[in-house]
Amino acid sequence: MGMTFSFLILAIMTLAGGVAAMTMRRLVHCALALVVSFAGLAALYLNLGAEFAGLAQLLVYVGAIAILIVFAILLTRGGEGEPEGSFSPSPAGIAGAVAALAVFAVLTWAVETSSVARAGAAVAAPQTTMREIGFALMQRYVLPLEVIALMLTAALIGAVILALREKRNEPADGTAQKQGLRA
Amino acid sequence: MTPLAGCLLVSALLFSIGLAGALTRRSAILVLAGIELMLNAANLNFIAFWRFGAHPEFLTGLIFVIFSIAVAAAEAAVGLALILAIYRHARTSDVSEITEMKG
Repeated sequence: MGMTFSFLILAIMTLAGGVAAMTMRRLVHCALALVVSFAGLAALYLNLGAEFAGLAQLLVYVGAIAILIVFAILLTRGGEGEPEGSFSPSPAGIAGAVAALAVFAVLTWAVETSSVARAGAAVAAPQTTMREIGFALMQRYVLPLEVIALMLTAALIGAVILALREKRNEPADGTAQKQGLRA
Repeated sequence: MTPLAGCLLVSALLFSIGLAGALTRRSAILVLAGIELMLNAANLNFIAFWRFGAHPEFLTGLIFVIFSIAVAAAEAAVGLALILAIYRHARTSDVSEITEMKG
């Protein structure tokens, strides 16, 4: 059994989205192409039988990170286009592309020559229920889960402080921020 | 080509695309987007090895991807906040123009 037809379509969609996101000139178009790529990846996860990971990818990447990137583009006035020229035909740009090609060549060589990839023949899709994932998260992986929760809280506070830093001059915002932090 | 090799090749291509973007684009936001693409390529590898690996009932790859998505969300939030702070300070988000760390 080779790759299924749906896998090929989703892979092409993901890769085309990625290429478009990295080559288009306008930043907003790049963000929209990035959404296509993330959605394709979520569909690939669903196709591979990882329903929970696929839906989490859809929620977090398409729902949150893409919106965050669009907001950042608009707030940094990148929506007006990239006047300085997105693709720099400078030596540095060419060197970057060559480095990426070299990495791809090495990865492809590793995949083609490894016995693991060749032995990964068609196996039946593992039957995982939400119940099993929940038990795994709450029993075996409960410590990583708590660490992730702590890290998300720290990252949230850190991001708010970073983004609000220049607004300390305004009295209303500054006091509200300090009170919010002490609470 | 086995399905696992197909997944790994797609993931390698996606990683290279993200790497090329992160190295060649000059907008800091797109550099971050390239890094996100590379992270997603790694996630696809985890899912592929979980799906076609030896012991899928242990859910190791799947759980790792869930944690990885959570870390990526935190990374994107902090990264974009940093880009906003730098933009307010230097009035640009072009990584080739931000050349000094001293404020």
